[in-house]
Amino acid sequence: MSRATITSISGPVLHARCAGAFAVGEALFVGAAGLLGEVVRLHDDFLVAQVYEDTTGLKPGDGVDGSGAPLSVRLGPALLGGIFDGLLRPLGGDDSGADAGLASPFIAPGQRAAPARRFAFTPAVAAGQRLAGGAAFGFVAAARRLCCLVPPGLAGEVVDIAAAGDYPDDAPLCRLRDAGGTVHALAMGQQWPVRQPRPVARRLPTDAPLLTGQRVLDTLFPVALGGKAAIPGGFGTGKTVLLEALVKACSADIIVYLGCGERGNEMAGALEEMAALVDPKSGRPMAERTVIVANTSNMPVAAREASIYCAVTIAEYFRDQGLDVALMADSTSRWAEALREVSGRLGELPGEGGYPAYLGSRLAEFYERAAKVETLAGETGSVTLLGAISPQAGDFSEPVTAHTTRYVRSFWALDAKRAQARFYPAIHPLQSYSEDALAVAGWWGEVHAALPALAVETTEAAGNDWERLRRRVLSLLDEEARLERMARIVGKDALQPRQRLTLLCAEVVGEAFLRQSAFSENDRVCGPQRQALMLRTLGAFLDLAEAAVARGATPEAIAALPVLRRLQRMGEDIREGDPAAFAALAAALQAQLGGLAATEGEHAPAP
Amino acid sequence: MRPRLSLRHAAQRLEGPLLFLRRSVEVGYNEAVEVVGADGAARLGRVSAVDGEVIVVELLEAGSGLNLGETAVRFHGEPLHFGVGPGLLGRVFDGVGRPADGGAPLPVERRLRIDGLPLNPVARATPRDFIETGVSAIDLMNSLVRGQKLPLFSGGGLPHDRIAVAIARHARLRGAGTEDFAIVFAGIGVPHDTAEFFRRSLEESGALARSALFLNLAGDASTQRLLTPRFALTAAEYLAFVEGRHVLAILTDMTAYCEALREVAGARGEVPARKGFPGYMYSDLASLYERAGCVRGRPGTLTQLPILTMPSDDIGHPVPDLSGYITEGQIVLSRALDRAGVWPPIDVLPSLSRLMKDGTGRGYTDADHPALASQLYAAYARAGQARLLASVVGEDGLSDADRRYLDFGRRFERELIHQDAPRSLEDSMRCGWRLLAGLPRSELTRLSDAQIAAYLGGEAS
Ligand SMILES: Nc1ncnc2c1ncn2[C@@H]1O[C@H](COP(=O)(O)OP(=O)(O)OP(=O)(O)O)[C@@H](O)[C@H]1O
Ligand SMILES: [Mg+2]
Repeated sequence: MSRATITSISGPVLHARCAGAFAVGEALFVGAAGLLGEVVRLHDDFLVAQVYEDTTGLKPGDGVDGSGAPLSVRLGPALLGGIFDGLLRPLGGDDSGADAGLASPFIAPGQRAAPARRFAFTPAVAAGQRLAGGAAFGFVAAARRLCCLVPPGLAGEVVDIAAAGDYPDDAPLCRLRDAGGTVHALAMGQQWPVRQPRPVARRLPTDAPLLTGQRVLDTLFPVALGGKAAIPGGFGTGKTVLLEALVKACSADIIVYLGCGERGNEMAGALEEMAALVDPKSGRPMAERTVIVANTSNMPVAAREASIYCAVTIAEYFRDQGLDVALMADSTSRWAEALREVSGRLGELPGEGGYPAYLGSRLAEFYERAAKVETLAGETGSVTLLGAISPQAGDFSEPVTAHTTRYVRSFWALDAKRAQARFYPAIHPLQSYSEDALAVAGWWGEVHAALPALAVETTEAAGNDWERLRRRVLSLLDEEARLERMARIVGKDALQPRQRLTLLCAEVVGEAFLRQSAFSENDRVCGPQRQALMLRTLGAFLDLAEAAVARGATPEAIAALPVLRRLQRMGEDIREGDPAAFAALAAALQAQLGGLAATEGEHAPAP
Repeated sequence: MRPRLSLRHAAQRLEGPLLFLRRSVEVGYNEAVEVVGADGAARLGRVSAVDGEVIVVELLEAGSGLNLGETAVRFHGEPLHFGVGPGLLGRVFDGVGRPADGGAPLPVERRLRIDGLPLNPVARATPRDFIETGVSAIDLMNSLVRGQKLPLFSGGGLPHDRIAVAIARHARLRGAGTEDFAIVFAGIGVPHDTAEFFRRSLEESGALARSALFLNLAGDASTQRLLTPRFALTAAEYLAFVEGRHVLAILTDMTAYCEALREVAGARGEVPARKGFPGYMYSDLASLYERAGCVRGRPGTLTQLPILTMPSDDIGHPVPDLSGYITEGQIVLSRALDRAGVWPPIDVLPSLSRLMKDGTGRGYTDADHPALASQLYAAYARAGQARLLASVVGEDGLSDADRRYLDFGRRFERELIHQDAPRSLEDSMRCGWRLLAGLPRSELTRLSDAQIAAYLGGEAS
């Protein structure tokens, strides 16, 4: 391999004089410790590289070795249930990747190879068979059954294949002769360059939602499988808690959680919880469907830049096995800042906010890797990307938020005011949106259609109940904002009864439906059926309340009804799979609201 | 540390805190140096860039008195280290770990790199032990746990120092004594009277013997401020993870630290991010704050209580903003409450403790503690809306419910936030229930029927 000699160092950036050929993007081993780096620029016989670890102690004259390959990671069954650093080196001590049998609790820079692990292998093909890129030549029984894939771009005839049995994950198991006659040895895992998206047969339109278990998301601002969502919010508004709730509850098969420049305690907490939780779908520990990539805020900055590509590459690898994968990235702002820092050290011309001019195109490239696809092997898989953004001073006009909004389809804006009142999730219903709502309306329509109608519902003959109720809630919240502004000028008492009712209804919608504590025993996850029933119960309340006010009842009298408290606590009080409880609640609503009539002193509004 | 190499007559340029040397020796990036002037005084520095011809040294102490001809530079051959050992407690050091109390030098048992190393997240244990601080706004509303980093966001003239001292004096696990805690105090660019106030308060309460003070005073070199918290935290880590103590580290004033960072970045001619602060300030602050925590299998813990003053009381200023993105919550002080005579003047709405969820509730504090706090928050936020409305339409224009919230808000500040003496968590909770009793039961949607029946009496619905 080529060698180079360091001529200067400043922070994570070094210059070196090359003796031999290097390529831009080539991975490097720097100095005696073999620190990992990557070539970012070449001119004449000099290279400029970024180093992914602490460069303390490096001297001019120290050597740099080229690896001959772009920055790559090893993909395979050992990923599941593990925790890795930003360059996908295991952080855990033993081979499960998640134990603290560590010599030192601190991470020293330098090489850390992943130890080989053994898995049970079953061949899926026989010698003589022809295989194309992306096809499975065998299966491994890891935490779940996974495929051993022929790397994309490779095809040929199986020369021989190992018999069923236990093998290390780096052992050659299958030999493939390509058209040119070259024989390739394939193992359970494979290397893949992280900055290059893995190829697919074709992209598919999205049609099903990624269920998050969060009512405000699933019902008001859904994200489709293969979609992309941004979660901007100032500090402490609930990005991490929301993403972690999704890690635990969302309907994907595999979760990749990227802690990018965030807190160490959060990663420790997530690990601990994952180990304790059981995946309701498989009955196995939740950790086994999760891969955690952690580059905490005190770990080297340059590795933060690479970590996002490592994480999305893992997601694509599982997608290629026909699985639905969700990648949660917390926070993409830290990645952008790493980009900015390295760019500054390279002496590039800064753009807006000091970020390099290519920030937008890098974000676009990243979010383009979200998709629902037909894999090379003809299966259906998806990668859904969910990225938190930490805008400075909570200002959404800053460059990272502004660029991201152009590429995502769902936008979940977190609001400091709501967070301060401990109204969680603090998603602002008027600043958020979802372009996937249309695509998933059919799916949700079926959920609603399959439920028994509540006795008191004024069902409309045609149309999709989900769409109708969703729009009703959204326009109610819109109207509330307008009336709030008005009330601040003229006082609440000066509003019409109908307008006061709107304010009351919006408050009820907030408490009864939008608010959902991530730490509540009963309510932290809300399944689609319960969600639909809650939405319909709410719809029934809106109808009944409007009718009561039309008859002359006052909104204040409605607010004083005991059933309102029950309605507002239905999330906490009614369990999953209990439609009878909603029927009872609806009946109570009808009994109490139906009994309200004009109160003295108030005149029934003109019809 | 015996210097490995030394260089004379190599200085080419001295610009602010940066010293440019002709390179004629092998030195590594980030290596520690001592720069000795004609006056014979040694100033600490470090190599901030190096290439074939030039070594750039960043002076971390005052450069005044240096001239180019007679300056000698000694290279340590390694990054800055702090020699620590038993007997740290009860001592006072200057901003770079040299004894400043006239006492003997510290016996060195270990030499530790002041930058520390990143703690492997896998080795961390989740902080869960509730610390009773005696302050209701913290204990009840924003609980602190061992291993947390919880800053005070304050402003000039607000009593953050008094609050920090009150916490340091009272901090204990429930049912335990205060002796549990060792205190590490880092004064970063603080006025002499502030440092003296901390020292005297610790002395009066008998806590000085279990405290170590690191003082970089307002008059000391500003670039040294980059080192003071690192020396202090290195000592704190040693006390916590080697000696196995529970350490409470008070770092004040982080704004002065950030200003020193800006000064050095400016001298290097770096492209600033916001308000002149460097783009890497987030990572730099994280390298300090992230040194709090609990380590699996080790008995000690490191809790941080940094204090920062928000320039113009602006919470969006880069210093509080970036800190808030790293720390596990924040306690925000309010000028309005201070003026109204509320002590401690803590504005609970923008305050937050993220680790509260891990250290409160059944098995930790009280099963009903989280719901009570959540309900108090909801009601106080609603009181704020009522107050806003009242300021426009007058109190008479308010609905009956809004008037009750208005009253609740007043009492919340005067009876719960305000306190003349430290309170136990039980007392704080009792006070909370008493205040909620003044609100219509039907509005208390964050409480269960059982909680309403048990604490407030009367029917929920
Ligand atoms: N859905 C929720 N349910 C209950 N509590 C929540 C919820 N979301 C947030 N919180 C509370 O708010 C606190 C802060 O949330 P979180 O840590 O997710 O903020 P963040 O947006 O990630 O902040 P930062 O940008 O600083 O990382 C949590 O510790 C928790 O107490
Ligand atoms: Mg977060």
